[in-house]
Amino acid sequence: MNPLIPLFVVTPLAGAFLIMIIGRFIKEFNKYFTSLILLFLVIISFYSLFTTGENLSVYKVGGWEPINKIPIGIYMVMDGFTVIIVCIINLIGFLSAFYSISYIKRYTAENYFYALFCLMVAGMNGVVLSGDLFNIFVFLEISVISSYALVAFGVEKNELEASFKYQVLGTLASFLILFGIGFIYWKTKTLNIADIKLAFSSGYDKTYYLFVQILILSGFGLKAAIIPFHAWLPDAHSSAPSPISAMLSGVLIKAVGIYVIIRLFFNMFIVSEGMAVLITTLGTLSMVIGVFLAIGQWDIKRLLAYHSISQMGYVIMSVGIGMILVSRGIKPEVAALAISGGIFHLINHAAFKGLLFLNAGAIEYTIGTRDLREMGGLSKSMPATSATSFVASMSISGIPPFNGFFSKLIIIIAAIMAKFYLLAALAVIVSIITLASFLKFQRYAFFNKTDDKKNQQIKEVPFPMVFSMVVLSIICLLLSLLVIPGIRDAILTPAIDILTDPLKYSSTIIGQ
Amino acid sequence: MIAYIMCFILFLVGLYGVITRRNLVKIAVSLSIMEISTFLFFALIGYVDGGVAPIVDPADPVKVYVDPLPQALVLTAIVIGLATTAMLMAIIIRLYRKYKTFDIREIKNLRG
Repeated sequence: MNPLIPLFVVTPLAGAFLIMIIGRFIKEFNKYFTSLILLFLVIISFYSLFTTGENLSVYKVGGWEPINKIPIGIYMVMDGFTVIIVCIINLIGFLSAFYSISYIKRYTAENYFYALFCLMVAGMNGVVLSGDLFNIFVFLEISVISSYALVAFGVEKNELEASFKYQVLGTLASFLILFGIGFIYWKTKTLNIADIKLAFSSGYDKTYYLFVQILILSGFGLKAAIIPFHAWLPDAHSSAPSPISAMLSGVLIKAVGIYVIIRLFFNMFIVSEGMAVLITTLGTLSMVIGVFLAIGQWDIKRLLAYHSISQMGYVIMSVGIGMILVSRGIKPEVAALAISGGIFHLINHAAFKGLLFLNAGAIEYTIGTRDLREMGGLSKSMPATSATSFVASMSISGIPPFNGFFSKLIIIIAAIMAKFYLLAALAVIVSIITLASFLKFQRYAFFNKTDDKKNQQIKEVPFPMVFSMVVLSIICLLLSLLVIPGIRDAILTPAIDILTDPLKYSSTIIGQ
Repeated sequence: MIAYIMCFILFLVGLYGVITRRNLVKIAVSLSIMEISTFLFFALIGYVDGGVAPIVDPADPVKVYVDPLPQALVLTAIVIGLATTAMLMAIIIRLYRKYKTFDIREIKNLRG
């Protein structure tokens, strides 16, 4: 029993209620309290990162012990893979909350904003930590319902339309997931992920579970905006207030989409090769189509949102290659390399895409437009924003000293070693197009000359916004250290072990 | 078995509504129909032929009970469904105030 695990859900949940009650009486309480809560969560998540390692700890809600090794309570599980995602959620969450202190002043009803923000973080932490299928659904709904409200926070035409689209598709996805959970429960009579795995291991009906896998994949694929299901993402991510865009693009699609897909397909289902090929194909499609949709955009936030689809394609493709190799049972070291590349890119994407959306927010905050054609020459008047966005742009396009280069390199090497030459070539081409697209962003926003009189009035954004951006750009640089073997073994290897070993996850949890 | 098929048909009716209707409120109603079909499915998988309410009776050990877990899940899912519907309706009311119409063909600011 690890007593820290429930704190990740309880603290932000309690914080949301306290903000609504106390925030009415004390002005300014909400913003500092939210940052404080998330700072606390960052500290305990990093503490967990350094203490978890290979160990897998379980918290049984309500203290319900298993009877005859059959789990009857709700389990919350923390292992090497969970703890990485928890760190990302809370770190990006803290920096976005701190950034909001200045940014959100132009909206009314700040109390609601911060309360919904805390609820969203609580939901995401819950999804990631839950070891129970139905609880994943409940926490997922908590986080997505608050994100529906946050996308519509500006209550103007565009925001409302985006939120409506997001809600219709999101609700559809929830029903698909719920149906999938129902079908799994029907056959296995259990909801615990580890227990379901054991039930599957003792024999299963192939066509039935193929149907369930498709249901679950399309449900969570809609949440993760993999390409045939991506229609809501550019609207929702570009209409939300910028710190929320950073949370949605940097964290939410990973925590409730990619994370759950990876976790369920490795640790719950027994992956068939056909399913693994399907996942890899979807990932490749997202990677290629996303970048082509992005290149013609003139709205900065829409451009970034389409790049999110493309970069998530890298993650899915790389994990899918690992899945194919695991299902064939060959080349375990290449499979581990591919999965580590995917997870590494997931971490990196959270850092640089969060930073890019915060940059876009800073530009919108000072000059009031998101259209690239109407800006220019900002590098002199906004040095911090310019420098940090340069770091982020170079990271996302994979230029050597920055983190994006190393993760893309690992993905490409893994694809070549697994003899998927076409996928490796596509990854390189997409990376080059990404670079072109971000050079356009840099040139039009920061370096293109416009009339100097207008630019002299533009000032750098306030301290909290600069602080968040600078910290994230330092993180972008520091994350490239993850490629050094000693650090990689400490952080990435436990996550890969838990995913590639077919029975370790379930046998450890049921054994406890 | 016929009940499962009916439940699936109900889901498809809802899906048809979401895809073809042009009115925002009708889309929300179609989503509610899909929601109900999911709840019905959960209630069905917990049903045991000839079972009674799952209150354990020590005097009669051979009694057959229905599965209580899906019922608990349905209760949770209904609460979540209520929140979703309320949220959707709130957005629809706001959209009506901005656009003065419920027609989805006229609400198309976001493109590309």
